[in-house]
Amino acid sequence: MRHLMSPLDFSVEELEQLFQLAMKIESHPEQYAHRCDGKILATCFYEPSTRTRLSFESAMLRLGGKVLGFSDAGSSSASKGESVSDTIRVISSYADICAMRHPKEGAPMVAAEHSLIPVINAGDGGHQHPTQTLTDLLTIRSLRGALEGFTIGLCGDLKFGRTVHSLIRALCRYQGIRFVLISPEELRIPGYLRTQLENGGFPYEEVIKLEDVIGQLDILYMTRVQRERFFNEEDYVRLKDFYVLTEEKLRMAKEDMLVLHPLPRVNEIAVEVDQDERAKYFVQARYGVYVRMALILTLLGLAE
Amino acid sequence: MLNVGKIEEGFVLDHIKAGMSLTIYHQLGLDKLDCTVAMIKNAKSNKMGLKDILKVECDIDTLDMSILAFIDRNVTVNVIKDGVIVEKRDPELPKKIVNILKCHNPRCITSIEQGISHVFVLTDDNSTYRCKYCEEKYGKMNQMK
Repeated sequence: MRHLMSPLDFSVEELEQLFQLAMKIESHPEQYAHRCDGKILATCFYEPSTRTRLSFESAMLRLGGKVLGFSDAGSSSASKGESVSDTIRVISSYADICAMRHPKEGAPMVAAEHSLIPVINAGDGGHQHPTQTLTDLLTIRSLRGALEGFTIGLCGDLKFGRTVHSLIRALCRYQGIRFVLISPEELRIPGYLRTQLENGGFPYEEVIKLEDVIGQLDILYMTRVQRERFFNEEDYVRLKDFYVLTEEKLRMAKEDMLVLHPLPRVNEIAVEVDQDERAKYFVQARYGVYVRMALILTLLGLAE
Repeated sequence: MLNVGKIEEGFVLDHIKAGMSLTIYHQLGLDKLDCTVAMIKNAKSNKMGLKDILKVECDIDTLDMSILAFIDRNVTVNVIKDGVIVEKRDPELPKKIVNILKCHNPRCITSIEQGISHVFVLTDDNSTYRCKYCEEKYGKMNQMK
């Protein structure tokens, strides 16, 4: 039985199959509308996340399956002190596949170790968010045609931003990618990721000002500075509006640059940018449903 | 000078960093053995200045020695039969360390999940250990349980 804990759980070839399936679903959704008839997805969300949870639920419903679950720890047995391992053993009897989000890092892995059904990590604290990474990869692959030969700028909270960590690790398996890491000093990528880039011989640079590098980028991946990742409110307030992407800054960018964002956006992308053709973050959200549909089918052995 | 006699059957852990023998004694479970165990602390050493030595009169293969290199990579293992050294072993770092180190990352699931093992895994660089669950590096924040 397969689970998805990290984007690296799937080989590049397996990911390619997944993306091809997602593209087929996009082209012919009617062919997949009943593929999961009689199947149930459990969404176990120990912390609020409307977007990811609804994306999973939409994916399952579009495949003809049904969903059940909880959307915060307060309404689950966790508030009574039940362990993750006990919860998943029970959920295994209620559903065929489980998407789990948990504020503690590694919780979905504990679930997978005790589960009788496939478990998908839907985000574990500041650690991993593999389905967001799959979404990002599918979006880039679809809009650029290939997952190689581009310069990607990752901007914002690169220290706590798990989407950024997962995306960098995933992109390190493709060829000809150059990373431009744009963040304030305090929010630079963790040391282990820098070591991975250095050991892998990936060209990268770390800069503070977005304006200095925006003209070089093929993709700009913006992230939000997340309050819940900070222990200190003062640091959060100081850093939350460090970057704001505006039309004025976009004028310095390439005509065909893609602006991506895992959403929700707060202040880091001005609303005026939404009208720009390069703004692809809402398209990206749509790809998130297709890739989750493909993932559910793959993990349930219903891809063929 | 204190003299501890030779052993006939068993093994000797030599070149232990001074002061580490008690940690090794506990982590290898030598405290649970019925056989003779000699612990020599702060012995003079030309190479190290001071060193610790452990002499154990039991079959080495009945013990799990995998943690040894993690505690002290420079320890030499001499297997003794009939009073002579018949084999020298070079301890290798274990691929996995279970319930010896504790993950102290407050965001890790091991901080709240009941009955969970604390597992650290050797990474590809062959020298760094990371928590299996949160991937926090073993270091200042994580200590032996």
